[in-house]
Amino acid sequence: MPQGVLRGKAWKFGDNINTDLISPAQYMELDYESIGRHAMEGVMPGFADRISKGDFIVAGENFGSGSSRETAQIALKYAGVGGVIAKSFARIFFRNSINTGLPVLELQEVDRIDQGDELEIDLAKGEVKNLSKNESYAVPPLPPNVRELVEAGGLIPYLKAKLQNT
Amino acid sequence: MTITEKILASAAGKEKVAPGEIVTVKVDLAMMTDIIGPRIEIAERLKELGARVWDPEKVVVVSDHYTPPATARQADIVKFTREWAQSQGIQRYHEYEGACHQILAEKGYIKPGMVAVGTDSHTCMGGAVGAFATGIGSTEMLGVLVTGEIWFKVPATIKVIWEGKPGAGVMAKDLILKTCGVIGHAGATYRALEFTGPAINALPMDERWCIANMAVEMGAKNGIIEADEVTAAFFQKIGVDEGKHFSSDPDAAYLQIIRLDAGQLEPQVACPPAVDQVHPIREVAGERIDQAYVGSCTGGRLNDLKAVAKILEGRKVAKNVRLLVSPASRDVYLEALKAGLLETIAAAGGVILAPTCGACVGAHSGLLAAGERCISATNRNFVGRMGSPQAEVYLASPATVAASAIEGRIADPRPYLEG
Repeated sequence: MPQGVLRGKAWKFGDNINTDLISPAQYMELDYESIGRHAMEGVMPGFADRISKGDFIVAGENFGSGSSRETAQIALKYAGVGGVIAKSFARIFFRNSINTGLPVLELQEVDRIDQGDELEIDLAKGEVKNLSKNESYAVPPLPPNVRELVEAGGLIPYLKAKLQNT
Repeated sequence: MTITEKILASAAGKEKVAPGEIVTVKVDLAMMTDIIGPRIEIAERLKELGARVWDPEKVVVVSDHYTPPATARQADIVKFTREWAQSQGIQRYHEYEGACHQILAEKGYIKPGMVAVGTDSHTCMGGAVGAFATGIGSTEMLGVLVTGEIWFKVPATIKVIWEGKPGAGVMAKDLILKTCGVIGHAGATYRALEFTGPAINALPMDERWCIANMAVEMGAKNGIIEADEVTAAFFQKIGVDEGKHFSSDPDAAYLQIIRLDAGQLEPQVACPPAVDQVHPIREVAGERIDQAYVGSCTGGRLNDLKAVAKILEGRKVAKNVRLLVSPASRDVYLEALKAGLLETIAAAGGVILAPTCGACVGAHSGLLAAGERCISATNRNFVGRMGSPQAEVYLASPATVAASAIEGRIADPRPYLEG
């Protein structure tokens, strides 16, 4: 997961945005770039062309429900999504995001954020700033073992460090 | 402790664990597929880390989503998966043999008390024999392959007690769809679902798999049914030692207990586009369909095909409707063939497909056009799941799918089973 402060615009979505909407299975055999071009197609065709690199998805409850397919993370990353803020996440999606370094933040104040709001996320501080509204929201801290993974930059860098130490 | 807590405690080498506690556990079984397997992060990253699979005997690789391949690219993926499994010395590689979860079941790879992970969300199906089984992503799998371990937050358990005895034409699929309707699509997120009660105990093994399979449709980490004499008979039949049993203590703590009555249950249908939009058959009967689909790890087992053949016997699939039937595995295919079930289905106008994930996952073999409607014995009805985002999928039991195929509209299977 990238460190420091991230900045981008909010793209709003509703509840239960599932993995078939994020990354439809018929594109899964394509290369990563092409999977990215079809990101969110099930719910917003043309999403990948409309967003700017680093923009955030801001969604309601149960984001990422359904499959364990990591092409959901690949699709979002290659489409240029800087992170996902949601009221709640489906658990496999949440884990996959932590493991692959896609920033995911659980935030109850999602309804305060409107489509197009300019956001700034401080991952280390656990804070989302809504620059358009001049507000800031605190993100609940992660369990220590998950934080360790996030701070390492995902599971692969974490494993690398672990393998070097043994 | 509950059965889930006991399995996790044992795998973590602890006397006791409690919900919310984070534990690192040893993995007994790690399963990968073709669609999300070696080709996504795993093979390349393993090389990059200079690591090898920790224990090839604990690993199963199944090419099931892209078999038989519909495109050259799918064929490349299957070839890559096969060659990677060989290069890692993984003996338990299967292709063209059926859906991965059914392979784990019928080969006896998944056993009571195990901790099993797989790169497919329906890995939770393994809980039907009293194992802790859950789906993970491929990067997470890379971690398992390197270390042989994984961390979990011990889930609190929701106990679902099914009382009563379901009537003719009501299948395990109806029980689990009803459960999804009651709990909701995200109602069991981070939880364990423990299924019990007389209606569950009376289910044959074939039907129990269907129950555990859909735990993830409620967001659950795992679904579990305690092993009993039905489980023992199953392992005896396939000639596999079933290993160690766990069971929940009488004073185990549950987050919630839900009681449901199978005796009063009608056939259930989940309407598009969510698994929890569940209605009794009378509320949706009569809706036009274009396709009827029986198959997958959820609804393609021998018991399912028996139910379908029983309803189709001496009848015909409606004009303008196609009935597609994909047995869950090669073994199921063969048994259904020997029992004459496939002949009955084909004679009625059904099309027998290869054992595959195929259309259930929108990969091949029966995708839907815009504006088409399918009633399916599979597990998901999300937008775009089986083809066009403008198509609609209704989920129901194999019996309801068969009755609907005959009538060309969503139909109650019970009248076909009278007398």
